[in-house]
Amino acid sequence: MNQVPAPDSDQLRARYPQVFERPASARLATPVVALLAFAIFIFGLVDLDFSPTRFFNGLHELGWISLLMLPPDPGSSLPLYLKSMWETLSIALLGTTIAALMALPVSLLAARNVVPTIVRFPVRRFLDSIRGVDTLIWALVWINVVGLGPFAGVLAIAVSDFGAFGKLFSEAIEAADRKQVEGIRASGGSALHEIRFGLLPQVLPVIAGQVLYFIESNTRSATIIGIVGAGGIGLQLAEQIRVLEWQKVSFLILMILVAVAAIDWISGKLRFAIIGRRAVA
Amino acid sequence: MTSMTSAVAILPSQQLAPLNEAYRKAVARKRLRVALGAAVFVAALIVAAFGAEVNLKTFFTYIGNFASYFDRILKLDDGSRIWTNVGEWFWGWQKWLRLLGETLLISYVGTLIGAVFAFLLNFFAAENTSPVTWLRFVVRRLLEFARTVPGIVFALIFVIAFGLGPMAGLLAIAIHSTGALGKQFSEIVENADMKPVEGVRSTGASWVSCMRFAVLPQVVAGYASYALLRFEINVREASVMGFVGAGGIGQELVVAIRKFYYSDVSAILVTIIITVFIIDIATGWLRGRLFGKEART
Repeated sequence: MNQVPAPDSDQLRARYPQVFERPASARLATPVVALLAFAIFIFGLVDLDFSPTRFFNGLHELGWISLLMLPPDPGSSLPLYLKSMWETLSIALLGTTIAALMALPVSLLAARNVVPTIVRFPVRRFLDSIRGVDTLIWALVWINVVGLGPFAGVLAIAVSDFGAFGKLFSEAIEAADRKQVEGIRASGGSALHEIRFGLLPQVLPVIAGQVLYFIESNTRSATIIGIVGAGGIGLQLAEQIRVLEWQKVSFLILMILVAVAAIDWISGKLRFAIIGRRAVA
Repeated sequence: MTSMTSAVAILPSQQLAPLNEAYRKAVARKRLRVALGAAVFVAALIVAAFGAEVNLKTFFTYIGNFASYFDRILKLDDGSRIWTNVGEWFWGWQKWLRLLGETLLISYVGTLIGAVFAFLLNFFAAENTSPVTWLRFVVRRLLEFARTVPGIVFALIFVIAFGLGPMAGLLAIAIHSTGALGKQFSEIVENADMKPVEGVRSTGASWVSCMRFAVLPQVVAGYASYALLRFEINVREASVMGFVGAGGIGQELVVAIRKFYYSDVSAILVTIIITVFIIDIATGWLRGRLFGKEART
């Protein structure tokens, strides 16, 4: 092995000053940011009434609760829970489908390559505002409109996903290749023809993948909107927690975990069938 | 369709006929598959419509209420439009701003705690760095549990264990973030280049040193980017923690909605939406500053 000549550090320093003498601002940036982040963290803990005694008392309590949860047991309410689960899955499926159907035309109005900025900008901000409001808040609003029950849940999921889909679909449309559209135009197609034959075939598989993913994540959302009274398994869960029936609570949580895992698996298979391997990951 | 297939007829017709036939069959097969899929989907929708007690009559009777609800939340108590008297509209702005600050703190502290735990656990969950298989299995199941149980369910239980107040919401968000970030972090580690690890290991370094000097420098930017994204999501999540008594602006909002304090509903919603906007833009800008433009999406 050849001996590597010992580096002459003085010469190196002279040749690469930017490596050896970084300005103070660059050297101090990381510790200052870290210190600031830590300071806000401590301030937050104090401001949010976080005290070690309360924390350990709570942990003790939590340990008891976990013991009381074993073994999970639905008691005599199993049929009711199964019906609630069916309700939850129905809410997720219907809500997502309605959202996708509503978002498809609107997303065209939010895509850079379809409409001019003057249309796109307000549509985008409108979609952003809808997304800024959580599904649970929409559920409360819809309960005021159509009353308590799962239907309010369907509408809540439909509206809040409408905002998310509008944004995602319009991004898929913006990423589409321009050449097909130009081909349609060159053969004398109208603007609608361009969208139907030039854009849609490119974006539909992407959209289908996103819709399936949302059905999956909406199963999760649909399990909780019951907490405010909009139907599904969350209603049972919140009720059993309030009356401290811990065995039933753990059974319901287990049901949710199994259902979410099952939907994950199914939608993974479907996505694979629709768009192939690359989109599964 | 027929005109399109015959428009490119350069071959003699007896050669072309079987090709056209095969094409037509292929198209017919594909259409049948799509039609079958659509039929199954529609059937599932109908079953779901029964499950969710969809009642179009109620919907069309009350859909007017939805529009009029927004009309009502845009009016003050005396019937004038909210923007004619902004002072009256935001009468409770001091209280709301304080609760909003609490919401932001809950999400900040929750995200940070979640990120720290995710950081500690993710090397055990990643396929390429986990020292023992059974440990990986256990850590993965734990993370899965933490992210599949919705944050608000944790909050419901924590409110009973730790008492009402922001601490329950904070812990709920911390646990949920640990699960979500732990998975994302371990995925980054799985995509890391393993050659530096071999290099460090060949010098006789321990597992901890391998992680510190070979893996961490590759993944730390990705960690920060995901943590910032999670913070954004948690702000939204924290805004509803108050619904179950776990602190933040949600408490005020649920009272306003349930008791029909219409102009308060719109005022609180506007403050939440503006805050979410600002946080989105700020974290987007920060990620752009820290990791270049491609990390911004």
